[in-house]
Amino acid sequence: MKANPESDPQPNSESNSEFNLHEEMWNDWDVPRDQLLAGEYAGGVWKRSLLLESAARIVFPTVLVFSIYLLIAGHYDAGGGFSGGLVAGLAFVVRYVAGGRGELATILRIRPLVVVGMGLTIAVVVALAPLLVGGEVLATTTFDVPLPVIGDVKIATSLGLDLGVYLLIVGVVLDLLRTLGAGIELQAPGDRTSKREGA
Amino acid sequence: MTALVTLPVLLPLLAAALSLMLTRFATIQRLLGLIVLLLIVLDAAWLLQVVDSEGPVVVQLGGHAAPFGITMIADRLAALLLLVSAVVTLSVLLFSIGQRITDYGRDTSSTAFHPMYLVLCSGVSLAYVSGDLFNLFVAFEIMLAASYVLITRRTTASRIRAGMTYVIVSLAASLLFITMIALVYAATGTVNLADLADKMGALPDGIQLGLSLLMLVVFGIKAAMVPLHFWLPDSYPTAPAPITAVFAGLLTKVGVYAMIRTQTLVFDHMESWTVLLVLGSLTMIVGALGAIAQDDINRLLSFLLVSHIGFMLFGLALFNELGMTGAILYVVHHIIVQASLFLACGLVTRHTGTVSVNGMSGVAKAYPLIAVLFALPALSLAGIPPFSGFIAKIALFQAGVQEATPIAYVATGAAILTSLLTLYAVGRVWVVSFWGEPSTPHPDPDPTDELIVGTRVTSRSMTTATGGLVAAGLLIIFVAGPLSGISERAATDLLDPSSYREVVLGDSAIAGGGE
Repeated sequence: MKANPESDPQPNSESNSEFNLHEEMWNDWDVPRDQLLAGEYAGGVWKRSLLLESAARIVFPTVLVFSIYLLIAGHYDAGGGFSGGLVAGLAFVVRYVAGGRGELATILRIRPLVVVGMGLTIAVVVALAPLLVGGEVLATTTFDVPLPVIGDVKIATSLGLDLGVYLLIVGVVLDLLRTLGAGIELQAPGDRTSKREGA
Repeated sequence: MTALVTLPVLLPLLAAALSLMLTRFATIQRLLGLIVLLLIVLDAAWLLQVVDSEGPVVVQLGGHAAPFGITMIADRLAALLLLVSAVVTLSVLLFSIGQRITDYGRDTSSTAFHPMYLVLCSGVSLAYVSGDLFNLFVAFEIMLAASYVLITRRTTASRIRAGMTYVIVSLAASLLFITMIALVYAATGTVNLADLADKMGALPDGIQLGLSLLMLVVFGIKAAMVPLHFWLPDSYPTAPAPITAVFAGLLTKVGVYAMIRTQTLVFDHMESWTVLLVLGSLTMIVGALGAIAQDDINRLLSFLLVSHIGFMLFGLALFNELGMTGAILYVVHHIIVQASLFLACGLVTRHTGTVSVNGMSGVAKAYPLIAVLFALPALSLAGIPPFSGFIAKIALFQAGVQEATPIAYVATGAAILTSLLTLYAVGRVWVVSFWGEPSTPHPDPDPTDELIVGTRVTSRSMTTATGGLVAAGLLIIFVAGPLSGISERAATDLLDPSSYREVVLGDSAIAGGGE
């Protein structure tokens, strides 16, 4: 999951698709990267809103950081993998609502189901891991990790399970956006965007 | 040793997760599923041996003690059903892989089927080993969520309609289930089954009866008990043969298992339970009569499935050792036989192209192997000696006669009548569809959907899977002695749940029991 649009190549519009790669780079090096706003190509079925789109982009990293805070804080405070995952999912929902599936495609290179699979794998492996050291399934221990600046941090092994749940929820939300959002958008009349999705 | 209990739940989940990531590698995905399910068969066989010789194996997840932590427990009944279910899920997976390779080639894989099927297996295992009511609910939800996908996957409008019935009824049942858990928790302050067994006895009789009936309704919907069976013959036959086989073989039986578990462990039924006896008899008769009226062979089998759920209810309702033994034997027999019948039907319809009994003829002459694969489980279902159905039925009849109350005699009579009606129903299929001159296959009415019939192509793995399951059914004849020994011991455990309580709660069970 890359959150930085800088690394995205400029998607081809019809006029410059006939250029070869070299020429394209030569011509495009000073074209503004769509850091705060998607370019003209990212048309959707609905009218675009400048305010909403740029606000979504500004808010996006903050919400992701907050979701990671929730994930880590979950062991002692309110939070946890599930709520963290939902908040992270909401970050993607905001981006989708603001910019449509084109916007979602710029931040996401990985298939949602793979994210779900990764989350579930991590969760099950963490659940099974104690068997290797002779404990019960799902048993947890706590490690004291001395970190510079912050000091001693207690990390429970159940954080791994939470991480798995986090990824699973993010994957599910992304898959919902893909099937119920982008999938429907693709079939909607009046959508002239290029069909870039391989899913 | 305790890992034996948790692995059948966690391994399929892990395999499901990996197959979600490996959708591009069809062969690895298939091998993964087969290997994991084979491991579970071995695991369950070992577990059964351990449990039978050393008593129930308990896992307190994460080491948190019983009434508050999550308990998983495998006693004889759970381990036995785990083994039988694993054999069925493995055969069905083999069948369905064979079917897919035959129809779509070796390289295409399906995004949804393998992960969802493995999740279903995990849910089934969890339902057997879960030691608290809420976890049982979770197991049902895992199972149902996967089944919603499997029943409506790649389908047509008419089948979506049938799937809707299934989804809505299941959701309604889940709603009742969670309400029931809330009521139980409000009344007793615990959801741990062993702890409930202690605390339920202290409640007023009326509340106990109410909760008990509510549980009966909740699990009755899942198990397709008449009059709550209406959804089953509409929805099951619409799915592809392997899906129907695993649903018919396992999902309803998990409902019956939950019913047996809760009614024996949580509630204290001293004598036979008239309500359940009446419902069981009704289930038998209504299902069998329904089956006779059907022309669609899958619907016919679905009605027979409903009817034979009645036998298990009958065994449970007697609440004596013989009845319970019969019910357990019947569950084991019926899981295998019903699944193999649906698989055999899948083979038949692939050749004839139609599900109409009157629309096909001469199957026995044209495809003798398939005819045998259908005939053996069908005879077993009707209870012809020496097949497994006979062994299970005779135990139930004995139990009914031993009970010797008028209502028990009536129920026994209904059971005998149902056996004859079953024989009539499958006999009619045999005479009309299997005898006579082979007819030309009908074309597939809808070639685009997942349900492919009339291609006249069956691969070896499809036949092997069906044959293996039929052979497993025949194996019951040869291990009838040890099997009924285990069932009898399991029945004794069920009727005297003190060992279950002690092993889950430790010494506190004795202290808490006196309140």
